[in-house]
Amino acid sequence: MKSDSRLEKVLTAGKFAVTAELGPPQNANPDAIKKKAQHCLGNVEGANITDNQTAIVRMSSIAAAAIAISCGVEPVVQMVCRDRNRIAMQSDILGAAALGVKNLLCLSGDHQKFGNHPEAANVFDIDSVQLIAMVKAMRDDKQFLSGDPIKEHEPRLFIGAVENPFADPFEFRVMRLAKKIAAGADFIQTQCVFDVDKFARWMELVVAEGLHEKVYILAGLTPVRSHRALQYMKNEVAGMSIPDELIKRMEAAGDKEERKEEGIKMCLEMIEQVKKIKGVAGIHLMPIGWESITPVILERAGLLPRPQV
Amino acid sequence: MIVADRKPLEEILNSIKDYKKIMLAGCGGCVTICFSGGAKAVELLASQIKMARKKQGRDIEIVESTPERQCEYEFIDELKGEIESVEAVLSIACGVGVQAMNERHPDTITIPGLNTKFMGYPIEHALWDERCAGCGDCVLEWTGGICPIARCAKKLLNGPCGGSSDGKCEVDKDTDCAWQLIYDRLKKFGKLDNLTAVRGPKDWRTSTNAGQRKTKFEEAML
Repeated sequence: MKSDSRLEKVLTAGKFAVTAELGPPQNANPDAIKKKAQHCLGNVEGANITDNQTAIVRMSSIAAAAIAISCGVEPVVQMVCRDRNRIAMQSDILGAAALGVKNLLCLSGDHQKFGNHPEAANVFDIDSVQLIAMVKAMRDDKQFLSGDPIKEHEPRLFIGAVENPFADPFEFRVMRLAKKIAAGADFIQTQCVFDVDKFARWMELVVAEGLHEKVYILAGLTPVRSHRALQYMKNEVAGMSIPDELIKRMEAAGDKEERKEEGIKMCLEMIEQVKKIKGVAGIHLMPIGWESITPVILERAGLLPRPQV
Repeated sequence: MIVADRKPLEEILNSIKDYKKIMLAGCGGCVTICFSGGAKAVELLASQIKMARKKQGRDIEIVESTPERQCEYEFIDELKGEIESVEAVLSIACGVGVQAMNERHPDTITIPGLNTKFMGYPIEHALWDERCAGCGDCVLEWTGGICPIARCAKKLLNGPCGGSSDGKCEVDKDTDCAWQLIYDRLKKFGKLDNLTAVRGPKDWRTSTNAGQRKTKFEEAML
């Protein structure tokens, strides 16, 4: 075992894994995390604690992760390259591990243009691939990026990365995944899958390269409550592929409650579809602002209770 | 070339509000080519300032001058006499020129009239694009001649982020994704292998992170 992570244990045991997103609040209230942690407790292998997602200032992901741990939830700490240089990142990696964090997801990070501090300087001292390699070297080679040794207590982290099968250039997306694996990624969480056909085509390329045998791939899924959410993502978020029929289906579903139910059904169908795709080792639920739906979807998908490992 | 935009007139007027006689100094180099600081720009800005000040009932006298380059001592040293006759210099050269003027004419303050933006070139008439960030450690050899430091909003070295869509950057839909360009170019030359290796972290010491940079051409040293 590379870490003592439950996510790693479930994946290496060959079981279908489940992670879900847990977004920290835009304030200093620990109860917000504790409340959301209850939706994850016992229901997922790991709760992804986002790192100032969409470049909006929120409670630190590592602080929120420590609160999640106190609630019995294993966090997947997300770390972006936008806000910190290599010194701060390594320091935070040591700190996170010391607080009991066992999973770290490495990302470039949304550009600050999309957040609430567009005037901010970005950092990008290192990129996401270099971050993965840095965490792996800290864990496996027991050394900092400088080459200085970590004499004891190296951070034992299960290393995650993301990939967006829907961004361009499409052919490069598999090559980039291979790079992340070569750099040291143990698991991958994908961008939200709405276009299952395109995702399946990407997975075919992944499988053709044998990459599914080198890394665990969790398909990202987002349950939506309205057609407007889909329309927004289609029009405003770069690198998203959202079939029009999904938007029409949601719009035709009826009133607010009926649309919610349709959103849940759609997500359940997608879980069934991605489960059948070769190389998919699990799902990552991203119920943006709707975390309470996580246990409902998992229950109805037959993914509860989670396996004993 | 260095590309610069003129500051808003209001800001310029405010910065020279205390003076009754100034020199408006252009530059015959890069900023002449990008229209913001050549002899014509000097003439235009001088008349705008004079009109605005006339309206305020506070006439201003302006000595117009456009040395061949404001960033070389030999061209700005010649302005000594004229500079001594004014209260301040308003420079519409790049930030390098403004600083050279302050250094060579230390008894007179030189104020910037431009915002210096980047190193680049015109991609069509009157439209300039950034091309070089002056990072001090050129990567163009393996990127197919397209710079990800200057042209990727995240300065990525290992390929495009998840926001690359239809060849465009998520930060600005009118800007090409540098990594799409790099990918296409390397593909054309059969050099996609350049992208498969993990590129390690960049040493930013050669960039702006180690303080002011200097360069010495040993062979030309006297």
